[in-house]
Amino acid sequence: MSTPTQEVAEPASKIDLAEAGGSGGEIPSFDITLKVRRYDPERAEDAWWDEWTLTMYGTDRVLDALHKVKWEIDGSLTFRRSCAHGICGSDAMRINGRNRLACKALLKDLDTSKTITVEAIKGLPIEKDLIVDMEPFFQSYREIMPFLVNNSPEPTAERHQSPEDRERFDDTTKCILCAACTSSCPVFWTDGQYFGPAAIVNAHRFIFDSRDDAGDMRLEVLNDREGVWRCRTTFNCSDACPRGIEVTKAIQEVKTAILTRSL
Amino acid sequence: MTTTNSDSLLPAQGIEAPRSGRIDPKYLRNKSSNGSFEMAAWVFMRVSGLALVVLIFVHLWVNLMVGDGIHQIDFGFVAGKWANPVWQFWDLTMLWLAMLHGTNGMRTIINDYAEKDSSRLWLKSILYVSSTVIIILGTMVIFTFEPCLVNNETGELFDSVPAFCHDL
Ligand code: HEM
Ligand code: SF4
Ligand code: FES
Repeated sequence: MSTPTQEVAEPASKIDLAEAGGSGGEIPSFDITLKVRRYDPERAEDAWWDEWTLTMYGTDRVLDALHKVKWEIDGSLTFRRSCAHGICGSDAMRINGRNRLACKALLKDLDTSKTITVEAIKGLPIEKDLIVDMEPFFQSYREIMPFLVNNSPEPTAERHQSPEDRERFDDTTKCILCAACTSSCPVFWTDGQYFGPAAIVNAHRFIFDSRDDAGDMRLEVLNDREGVWRCRTTFNCSDACPRGIEVTKAIQEVKTAILTRSL
Repeated sequence: MTTTNSDSLLPAQGIEAPRSGRIDPKYLRNKSSNGSFEMAAWVFMRVSGLALVVLIFVHLWVNLMVGDGIHQIDFGFVAGKWANPVWQFWDLTMLWLAMLHGTNGMRTIINDYAEKDSSRLWLKSILYVSSTVIIILGTMVIFTFEPCLVNNETGELFDSVPAFCHDL
């Protein structure tokens, strides 16, 4: 028989918690002025700006400020958000003139001494307040065939790929289709005809995937008058991407692929 | 039951129900247009840009730095250069490349910034006409240039002609 051991009950927390009573470090709070571009065709023909002064905390994001307005001040304020943690891609918006996810933009990282402006992303039709019609964006996405095409007989197990081959397109697998990049592109703003960075990023994801056989078809789609050649290398898309994808680089790689293929 | 576009209209303001599959016609692309021209234009901008760096800086160096520098430039200096086939060829290449490069650059800018097809058409028409005129005019000047101008009244050479005219 083994030696009886004395079970010591584990403490509820392995970290020494300070006594209840708020000595865990006060979260700093500050006042911000939030200015939002509103649009509601049922209320007014033109867009207008609304402004609120809010007391927010150092841990709050722009999304929290929008929530505070919607839940406590003006329930008609309309915006999309689902996950609130930067993964669903619902809440891309133009914050102080730059495309950001509201749920990833911390207020303390913005200049809180000045008014924080929030608008819908540019270049897509606004439906209400911060909500735009994403249909044209997804149409371009569909056109590049964002799915694996493989002509060889279906294997009984998974399709193998070396870590190096997987690495080749790792960056562009991170896209969450938030449209921050496409709607930050001046070429897209003009007439919405350009396929846009997001479609090219997602084509890149398959073009450089060793398991995929339809790379040529995707290159052909993007060798359109409105395809990769409309890119002016302004880097707005790389700056906008909340996933840190090197968007401009991916576009450049697709350009090079089309070029080498036709030589 | 299938939903047609008009069924999916919300009563107020004609707002479409979500996912009615409708796309604002402004965003529809004309059935895939071949981009080979755009690719060629893209390559041309880079190749001509590289060539222009050499052409332009040699041009500036020879005109402004070599010899008497900026003070040497007058009718005679230009006329002397164009009497030489090397400089004729040099300036012709520079003219054509810079004009085609600049014109294609302006075409890009018009495509990127003009919002209406009609304004695009107008701006591009003006662009192409003026580029054509300048290229033809420039080419003619380089090849038909008469360095030794004679005064019709006195029958003598003008003072501004290059030195070699007096030896002819
Ligand atoms: C000095 C040598 C030059 C180099 C290396 C150069 C290079 C380039 C390149 C690579 C582009 C394409 C940019 C893009 O696709 O985004 C471009 C555009 C352009 N270039 Fe040049 N170029 C030169 C000289 C010139 C000259 C002499 C002119 C005027 C006649 C000119 C006018 C333009 C214009 C109007 C554009 C369009 C601007 C744009 O697309 O943003 N360039 N240049
Ligand atoms: S590439 Fe980045 S910015 Fe563009 S849609 Fe994907 S996640 Fe959003
Ligand atoms: S709410 Fe999901 S990404 Fe911001």
